[in-house]
Amino acid sequence: MREVAIVGAGMTQFGELWQSSLRDLFVEAAAAALRSAGADHVDSIFIGNMSGGQFVGQEHLGPLLADHLGMAGVAAVRVESACASGGAALGLGFMAVASGLADVVLAAGVEKMTDGADVTNVLASAADQENEVYHGITFPGLYAMIARAHMQVKGTTEEDLAWVSVKNHKHGAMNPKAQFRTEVTVDQVLKSSMVAEPLRLLHCSPVSDGAAAVLLCPLDKAEKYTDKPVKIVGSGMATSAMALADRKDLAVLDAVAQSGERAYKMAGVMPKDVQVAEVHDCFSIAEICCIEALGLVSEGKGAKAAASGHTALGGQIPVNTSGGLKSKGHPVGATGVAQAIEIFEQLRGEAGERQVEGARIGLTQNMGGSGASSVVHIYEGVR
Amino acid sequence: MPSPRYWREIPNRYRLEAARCSACGAVLFPPRSICAQCRSDQLARFQLSRKGKVVTTTVVHVPPGEFLMEAPYAMAVVETPEGARLMVQVVDCDPAEVRPDMEVSLEFRLIRREGHSGILCYGHKGVPVA
Repeated sequence: MREVAIVGAGMTQFGELWQSSLRDLFVEAAAAALRSAGADHVDSIFIGNMSGGQFVGQEHLGPLLADHLGMAGVAAVRVESACASGGAALGLGFMAVASGLADVVLAAGVEKMTDGADVTNVLASAADQENEVYHGITFPGLYAMIARAHMQVKGTTEEDLAWVSVKNHKHGAMNPKAQFRTEVTVDQVLKSSMVAEPLRLLHCSPVSDGAAAVLLCPLDKAEKYTDKPVKIVGSGMATSAMALADRKDLAVLDAVAQSGERAYKMAGVMPKDVQVAEVHDCFSIAEICCIEALGLVSEGKGAKAAASGHTALGGQIPVNTSGGLKSKGHPVGATGVAQAIEIFEQLRGEAGERQVEGARIGLTQNMGGSGASSVVHIYEGVR
Repeated sequence: MPSPRYWREIPNRYRLEAARCSACGAVLFPPRSICAQCRSDQLARFQLSRKGKVVTTTVVHVPPGEFLMEAPYAMAVVETPEGARLMVQVVDCDPAEVRPDMEVSLEFRLIRREGHSGILCYGHKGVPVA
């Protein structure tokens, strides 16, 4: 297996981007990634996208987007794993380069969510249609059930959940690409409107448009593109039971733990070695479950980690320095790649106000549905 | 939901038909052809009893369009005495009162109306046992 490096990155602003179509967003991010590396060709393109078909009525994104990038002819395919589509595209791009089947790969993600589709219904298609959605459960509703199970078993409080949003908004306020560059208080979170008890509006990531892209190549060819490559040293994917009712412990996300174990093993890295992480905080409870499943905090310590500053910038293990899905925005298919870009910048020392000093090892975790699929990547800076 | 799909699901929706694995005893609802625990394909159909206990809950305040008139409503994962777990709405009570360990009976009810023609779709809802 060859060593793989990220040598370029580009992303759009995240937000309600009324002027931009799905193809515009992709081209902006992909062209920026190519430009940043001075690359003029790629061997293949993997595009993470949850639901172009339902959001804008557009499937068959591989050829469409390769063509609009001026690269018709290149092998290009859309990758889908609900909200983990971006992470899955990155994972497949990594495999293509590591295996030697491709030298230069563009791993991208894009989602256009504000063109008028019924977003609640489209997102719900990442849950079990026949056994969950049929009965009236929503996506926030599924995470709300996970939250209540977590509260019941581990004593997590509504205030603990609120602190995750407060922390991530504080980080996101420093990110020029973020959808919400405003801080929020615990009180504001606890007084925001109820979505699905105990989750309120400010526990939920927003509806967003956006795209992100990274350029991958073998480490031994990286110097052609950059003097600061970032290695991908571990890549793990996993699945678990789709329906919440089919999981043994509702407060535990098995796929997250398993994808983490696979990535840690490949990387030869322990959770305690990770210095900065981006995890999938689609709802505040998700960040708590994920940092526990990944071993970034000890078991049962996830709930208080945001409030205590443990996972804040300046803390022991800063989580979601980009603002996370909550504040940066969550164009679902783009999220997994945008997470990789935050770590890419952190490990190159280019994260500005959000920089984690001396960070050398980073991690991203991106999940689909109510945690039925998860993708983890581990990165090492070589500067 | 197109009617063939609805029709296919009638055995589990109307009769709460489940499957029990002959090899490891796992209960699967709705029935499957391969056991999720041990991968055996020796599965026997049976009917769940129409009662259960609440495992976890939420109250949905922002519903999907089809459920707009019902919000806020309680949703729960309910476990039957056979060990099957189902996602159901819990009705005929104050949604705030639906809590873990609450005993519910599973009653046959209208769940939703589908499509432009408003096809009536049925299934089971939880009702607290007084």
